[in-house]
Amino acid sequence: MPEKLSEEQVRHVAKLCRLTVSDAEVEHFREQLEAILEYIDKLSALDVDGVEPMAHALDVTNALRPDEPSVGMAVADVLANAPKKSPPFFQVPKVLGEGRNA
Amino acid sequence: MAWDPTQTTLVNLRDAIAGSQITSVQIVQQYLDRVERYNPKLNAFTQIFADQALQRAQRVDAGDHAGPLAGIPIAIKDNMCTPYGRTTCSSRILEDFSAPYTATAVEKLEAAGAIVLGKTNLDEFAMGSSTEHSAFGTTRNPWSTDRVPGGSSGGSAVAVAADLAPGALGSDTGGSIRQPAALCGVVGLKPTYGRVSRYGLVAFASSLDQIGPFAHTVGDAALLLEVLCGPDPLDSTSVDAPGGPFHANLDQPVDGLRLGLSNQYLSDANHPSVAGAIDEAVEVFRGLGAQIVEVDLPHTEYGIATYYIVATAEASSNLARYDGVRYGRRADDAEDMIDLYCRSRSQGFGDEVKRRIMLGTYVLSSGYYDAYYLRALKVRRLIKQDFDGAFEKCDAILCPTSTGPAFKIGEKTSDPLAMYLNDIYTATANLAGIPGISIPAGHTKPLNGDPKLPVSIQLLGPLFDEARLLRIARMYEAATNHHLARPELAEAD
Repeated sequence: MPEKLSEEQVRHVAKLCRLTVSDAEVEHFREQLEAILEYIDKLSALDVDGVEPMAHALDVTNALRPDEPSVGMAVADVLANAPKKSPPFFQVPKVLGEGRNA
Repeated sequence: MAWDPTQTTLVNLRDAIAGSQITSVQIVQQYLDRVERYNPKLNAFTQIFADQALQRAQRVDAGDHAGPLAGIPIAIKDNMCTPYGRTTCSSRILEDFSAPYTATAVEKLEAAGAIVLGKTNLDEFAMGSSTEHSAFGTTRNPWSTDRVPGGSSGGSAVAVAADLAPGALGSDTGGSIRQPAALCGVVGLKPTYGRVSRYGLVAFASSLDQIGPFAHTVGDAALLLEVLCGPDPLDSTSVDAPGGPFHANLDQPVDGLRLGLSNQYLSDANHPSVAGAIDEAVEVFRGLGAQIVEVDLPHTEYGIATYYIVATAEASSNLARYDGVRYGRRADDAEDMIDLYCRSRSQGFGDEVKRRIMLGTYVLSSGYYDAYYLRALKVRRLIKQDFDGAFEKCDAILCPTSTGPAFKIGEKTSDPLAMYLNDIYTATANLAGIPGISIPAGHTKPLNGDPKLPVSIQLLGPLFDEARLLRIARMYEAATNHHLARPELAEAD
C-alpha cells in the first residue's frame, strides 16, 4: 500500500503546478487523488528489473532539418491573442512586486 | 430523397458531387438543416460556420476545387487549430482563442476539397471519457439522450452518428476516438502514432496523441485516412511510412486471416452485450475462413495505471503553457506574476484538468519520479512487448472497445477512477503506438425499459498496418451490415 496522501502534500503539488486550491477543494482533491494513487500503485507488484524505459512508441530519435532560416510568425499575429500587450511586448504585472508572493 | 444523409455514405456523396448528380451546396445545406434541428438537443457542435461552408460549397460547384473530398462537409474536434472561429478545447481558459495557424490535418482535408462545417464538443483538453467535462455543456448520445456519447471526442462521434456531418475528425490519446465511436455506433479509427501530423492539435499527452477519422463505414474512414496521413516537417514525430493505399484495395479480403483473441480482454465485469458481440464476431470471421488463435497479453491489467501516469505526467508539462500571459484567459487583479499564473489557471481550468495536472505533477515530483513515472515507462515497454509477441501469431487482435454500452449522464462524474477504467481496452494501443479501429456490432437488447444502445468490437493491428486492419474491418462490416443502423432522433423540447 502506498503512503496516505496528506493535505499538506496536496497543497505542495498545487503550488508546484501553479494552481490555487481552497480549503474545501484540498480535501476533495486529496480524497480523489489518494484513490487514484492507490489504484496505480498496482504497478509496484511487477518486476521491472532490467526493463528499458519506453518514452516513445516509435523507434525514432532526433529528427533534424537543415539549419536554414525561414520566416517566422509576424509580431502582430503573435500578440493577437495576448490578454494585455504593449507592442511589441506582452504586458505582465511586476515580477518582483510587493504582493504576497514577493 | 436520393441523397438522404441517413442512408448514404461519405464516399457516395463524394461520387455524386463529382458526377454532378447533386451539388455541394445542396449537400452542405442538408446537413446544416439537420444541425439546426437536432444540435440544440445533442450539443455535438459548439461552433457552426454556415455562411463560410456554403460559400466554399459554391466554389466547389463552380469547379474551383477538385480533390478526393471535393464538396464534402466535415466536423472538426475543437482541439485542432482553425484560422477561422475559435479553438477552445472546450475550456474556459481558451474560450476566446483565435488560432494564428491551421492544423496540418485540417489543412490537408481542405486541400482535398473538404468543407469544415463546424467544431465539435469535447471533454476539456480531451481529458475524459464522456464529454461531460466540457465548459460548454454535455453532449448527448443520439441513441438515448440521457446517456453520454463517450469521450473525449463525443461531439465528433455524435455529429456522425446523428448525420449532422458525413465524417469528422477526433483525437485519441487513450481511446478518445474509439470509445465514443463505440458508444454512438459509428466507425472510429486511431491510426498508428506518427501516421497523421499532430501539428496544430492542442497537445494533451504528446507521446500518445493521434488524430483520426469518424465515419459510418470503414470505406469512408479509409478515404479520410488516405487524405490525412503523411509526414509533415512541422511535426517531427510524423513518419513517412508506407502502407497505403487504404481505400482502393479495401474490398479485397485478407487471405489466410489469423485473428487473435485474448482472455485478458474478456472480463466477467463486462456488460453481457460485450461478450455477445465478440462471440458473434468470432462466428462471422470463422465463416469468412479466418483462423482464431489465442494470444497472451498478460500486462493488459496494468494498462490503465500505466496510462494515467504517462498521460498525466505529459499533460502537466504540456498545460504549463497556459499562464495568462501570451494567450488565453487572464485573471484580473493579480498582485504579481506568480499570483497571475495561479489565478488565471485556477479560474480557467475545470476540475478534471486540475486533477490530472496535479496527478501528473505528483508522479514527476522529487521522491516519486522513480516509483511512479519511471516504473510506468518500463511497464509501457512490457505492454508493447505483449503486442509484439501477439502479432507474431496473428494479423489483428479482436477485442471489445469498451466494457459496456453508453452509461447515464452523471453516473460516473463523482468517481474519477471509475471514469478512468472506461479506457481499459483502448489505452494500451496508445501506449504501444499501434492502430485500432472500433466498428459497430449491433445493439443491446432493450430490457427492463433500458433503451437499445450500440455495441461495438475493436480490431488492433501492428504498427503501420492500417491497410490490412481496414480490410479486416471491412470483411466484418460487409458480412454484418451493422453499420446501416441509425438512431431515431428527437428535436429539442
